[in-house]
Amino acid sequence: MRRTSTFLYSVLCFGYAFLYIPILVLMAYSFNSARLATVWGGFSTRWYSALLDNSQILDAALLSLEIALVSATAATVLGTLAALGLNRMGQYRGRTLFTGMIAAPLVMPEVITGLSLLLLFVSLQELIGWPSSRGANTITMAHITFSMAYVAVIVQSRLASMDESLEEAAMDLGGRPFAVNMDITLPLIMPAMAAGWLLAFTLSLDDLVISSFAAGAGASTLPMLIFSKVKLGVTPEMNALATIIIGIVTLGVIIAGWMMLRQQRLLARGQVKA
Amino acid sequence: MTMLANAGKRDRLWRGVVIAAPYFWLLLFFLVPFAIVLKISFADPLVAQPPFSDFFDWSGAAGHRVLANFDNYRFLLEDQLYLVSYLKSIKIALASTGLCLLLGFPMAYAIALTPYPWRNLLLLLVILPFWTSFLLRVYAWMVMLGKEGLINHLLISVGLIDKPLQMLYTDGAVYLGIVYSYLPFMILPLYATLEKLDLDLHEAAADLGARPREVFRDVTLPLAMPGIIAGCLLVFIPALGEYVIPALLGGLDSLMIGRTLYDEFFVNRDWPLASAVAVVLLLILILPIMLFQRLQQETEV
Repeated sequence: MRRTSTFLYSVLCFGYAFLYIPILVLMAYSFNSARLATVWGGFSTRWYSALLDNSQILDAALLSLEIALVSATAATVLGTLAALGLNRMGQYRGRTLFTGMIAAPLVMPEVITGLSLLLLFVSLQELIGWPSSRGANTITMAHITFSMAYVAVIVQSRLASMDESLEEAAMDLGGRPFAVNMDITLPLIMPAMAAGWLLAFTLSLDDLVISSFAAGAGASTLPMLIFSKVKLGVTPEMNALATIIIGIVTLGVIIAGWMMLRQQRLLARGQVKA
Repeated sequence: MTMLANAGKRDRLWRGVVIAAPYFWLLLFFLVPFAIVLKISFADPLVAQPPFSDFFDWSGAAGHRVLANFDNYRFLLEDQLYLVSYLKSIKIALASTGLCLLLGFPMAYAIALTPYPWRNLLLLLVILPFWTSFLLRVYAWMVMLGKEGLINHLLISVGLIDKPLQMLYTDGAVYLGIVYSYLPFMILPLYATLEKLDLDLHEAAADLGARPREVFRDVTLPLAMPGIIAGCLLVFIPALGEYVIPALLGGLDSLMIGRTLYDEFFVNRDWPLASAVAVVLLLILILPIMLFQRLQQETEV
């Protein structure tokens, strides 16, 4: 037993080193004043100030943020409705297809989703003239489509693990389904919706392949810009940009995790009292 | 009476909205697009806007003429490039899935054995990369593996080699990139099943004289099977169509099908052929995807 756990924990340490060393190295290099990665030219923040002067990057970052905010919010609404539709609405025709359409985007290769969405947009434009152009609008619709599946899965697992007796009691007391869903279900699934929103937001910020297909010639999101630059090789400016993005995301995840943990504790305490 | 009837109408309306809104969205933006891909895969490329021929030709004097044909599929079979791409993608995706499992299983097991609150920390460390930009994590390996990257630098300064090794832009780098990017997808479902494992069963088996290896083979492994299958599918399916990793870490000859499709579309602008490539890729994936959905529904119940 002892030997087994020594083995397991060695693999665990190796695994974490494997996951984290490349990121840490990248971050360290972003503070290297030399342009060549091999030489350590001393600590410097010059690549960061170079970024601030780059309006192309700032524009792309703003566009990405805008798309992520809109698509995450819409995906949370649609995904939550989908989760309710799968978990609280009993049986209806086409439910199996619905389940399939929720699960499939989670694993569908991005090139397929991207290509099929673009061909849809082009065909719609031919047929009804909408969407009249491709850019931020089509990227947003594409992002809503794949991230609502993630939201639905998160909210659904919360609904499945939840005790239905509260909702049933409210219905028995004459509550209408809409009011019950709003007053009882919604507050209970709020943390899951928040987690779903956050995931949808980061997925949208991070997406490259589907955006590339959905965007026309006009729009360029931050990942699209980064990709076009790093395809040519490693640059210190990109190291700095990567460090900033990873830093923000890490901070966000830690804060969100801490808030959820605190809420869980509060809930647990409330249940003990009740 | 009318009040009740109105209430009933409102209830049905709410139920209708809950089901219809996401349903309609997914039909329009997920299912219909596949039909369009299928349709265009039978078309001919044109230098026009949009760059493909119509299904029918309505202009002829004697009614319409069907323009749809199997040329794109015939081309996929005839040109070695595509067959090689599909086979190579399957090989790379399978091997990387295996490597992920080899590394992920002991990691998930170790996490499941760790007591709280340490377990939360270990889990957070697995989830964190999952949230961090995929693109940037792949880019981090360009920094590590490049000619002027950290690994070459270290090997030279230790004196093991005297000129930099070509590690970036090789197939090896693609394997590494896939294992690195998808490892959390393997660990999390594995952990979810291993966490529920009853350790008493292990003790019982050991008390009955089973050796550790036998306990693992006859108790742990079968019980962990749902997690193993889910993890493998979550790695294999997206890895098969992967574009970013071969594009950034692979060489010019690293023909993975996702990259071939992307280039066919963006570089050669042959939309019908790209559609045919996508249809065949989807056919390969249909079984694993259905298996995955089956698994999702079972865990739901």
